[in-house]
Amino acid sequence: MLHLRIIKRQDPLGWRSCLVIFGALALALFLSALLLALRGTPPLEGILVLFKGAFGSRWAIEDCLIKAIPIFLCSLGVAIAFRLQIWNIGAEGQFCLGAIGATWMALSFPNQPAWLLLPAMIAMAAIAGGLWGFIPALLRQKMQTNEIIVSLMMNYIAILILDYLVYGVWKDPTSFGFPMTPAFSDAAIVGKIGATSVNWGLFHCMVLALIVWIFFSFTKTGYELKASGDNVKAARYAGLPYTKQVFLVMILSGALAGWAGFLEASATVNRLQPSIMVGYGYTAIVVAWLASLNPFYIGIASFLLAGLRVGVENLQLDLQVPAAFGGIMEGFILLTVLAGGFFISYRFSLTRKK
Amino acid sequence: MTFELIIPLLAATVQSGTPILYATLGAIITEKSGVLNLGVEGVMIVGALAGFIAATFTGNPVLAFFLAGLAGAAAASIHGIVCLVFQGNQVVSGLALTILGTGFANYLGTSYVGQSAPGFSPYAIPYLAEIPWLGPILFNQDPLVYLTYIIPLLIWFFLFSTRYGLGIRAVGENPAAAKAGGLSVGLYRWGAILGGGFFMGLGGAYLSLAYTHLWTNNMTAGRGWIAVALVIFAFWRPGRAVFGAYLFGGIMSLQLRLQATGTMLPSSLLLMLPYLLTIIVLVFSSWKSGKSAAPAALGVNMKPAE
Repeated sequence: MLHLRIIKRQDPLGWRSCLVIFGALALALFLSALLLALRGTPPLEGILVLFKGAFGSRWAIEDCLIKAIPIFLCSLGVAIAFRLQIWNIGAEGQFCLGAIGATWMALSFPNQPAWLLLPAMIAMAAIAGGLWGFIPALLRQKMQTNEIIVSLMMNYIAILILDYLVYGVWKDPTSFGFPMTPAFSDAAIVGKIGATSVNWGLFHCMVLALIVWIFFSFTKTGYELKASGDNVKAARYAGLPYTKQVFLVMILSGALAGWAGFLEASATVNRLQPSIMVGYGYTAIVVAWLASLNPFYIGIASFLLAGLRVGVENLQLDLQVPAAFGGIMEGFILLTVLAGGFFISYRFSLTRKK
Repeated sequence: MTFELIIPLLAATVQSGTPILYATLGAIITEKSGVLNLGVEGVMIVGALAGFIAATFTGNPVLAFFLAGLAGAAAASIHGIVCLVFQGNQVVSGLALTILGTGFANYLGTSYVGQSAPGFSPYAIPYLAEIPWLGPILFNQDPLVYLTYIIPLLIWFFLFSTRYGLGIRAVGENPAAAKAGGLSVGLYRWGAILGGGFFMGLGGAYLSLAYTHLWTNNMTAGRGWIAVALVIFAFWRPGRAVFGAYLFGGIMSLQLRLQATGTMLPSSLLLMLPYLLTIIVLVFSSWKSGKSAAPAALGVNMKPAE
């Protein structure tokens, strides 16, 4: 009779992995379309609105780029942690703290020139985000506490800190009671590229991606981190400083998310307000996994998932689809990509057994 | 705080702790088999909406409560498919389930915001409810709370005194040995995932059928994550889970009352209390026992047979 065997692949799939990813994304799209139909929205029309809304005009593409910037930086950070198998779910909170740090700098020194103020804001954002990433790492290494739950709880706490500041001591007296800080001075704002609406954060992303790639490919520490990520026990046996590595990746991870927070506060809304917290930190996790933790693919995936957000906004406006639909799509994407990983790692073989 | 305020606070504590208790018990069942399901938040909120919709359509809260459990099991089955069948990473799969579940529930639930559905109301048990102090706290609650007075016992009995419970635990500690001993790892893990998901769904349904008779977006507000933490705090034991759930119920009730009385503490800081407490509780639980109380094979997929 026929016998189905599942065998681990010896040689990697290479370019065919792309096919698996595409297949997964197509399945995710299909399942999402089914859910559109469930609520009475015509699925084909919905998918069209989604794509046209995301990529169908110059303004839409620019919006995708604008949203991709924070997603990209958060995801770059998340990928660094994931590489070491540290589950940093706290990108959302680290992003928040980065925005808070940058805001503090901007509100405290509004009259400084931009060339001084902006780097100071970035530094503060990176420090604040890095601190928010360091705390779960510290608890993990020194007290064996699960970093998933700690970093997640700190997301909730971070948003509440932001609320506290924005409703309280940092509230703009001229804002008619809306919770927001005063607008940043011009020196504290990252400008737009030329005549587009995309800010220079895009350039920051490219530079940081390059730095991260160089760090992991050409430095000793980067190599050691990769070694630890592949096999923690072997790396420890070889004498690699695991605890320091954990601290390093979580601080870097938090700092990158913090940089994203700085950009969102400075370039996109020019102030601090609760509405900057839209879940970029969680989308970053989906992106990192979709991109197999590779910086170049993270760029592509960030753009795609930013496009998803823009498309869902259009779905909301045109077809009255609730905003939560974006979460459905992200969830399906992550699940299908996870399941698809099976076909990348294993192959089937049909044999005849007597 | 005066005496007259303590009794209502403790009664509210029991109510607040009940959904978390259901979810924690469900998570314990699943994790005992070696499967880490971080999707509790997503499964809970799906259960909450399912219970609410079922109550709206059938008018029968008991049936709705049961159907919500089934919905929770169905949601959890996604995690089973991705991890047990497709060898997906359990941590990421659970996260994805939370994202999907929350999105799904908020998406479908938008049409139901502002409506109310038939649900459960407190029923004072005759004689018992008149016991001083304990009576109003323990015996003037809705039937779903009364269920939680016996369910942890039943689960404890199931896990530690039946053959099936032993199978689940064996599969969670050493799946290879269990398999060599003739147990089907996949079957026990599927049972634990579905059974755990059932209780997680019940926990969510408590919120929309008893705690309130409404549906609101993001109804669970992180309780699923607290349940995940409580499993660790409970050292994977049902009895201690009860203590942990009521501890959090107490904090949440206290925080509500402090907000209502308009203390000097800003509301944002008060709202942080459950999340801060989760971290503190987690640190102390993990520090004391490390990972030794966890099922040894927790979070690790069993590779498909060659």
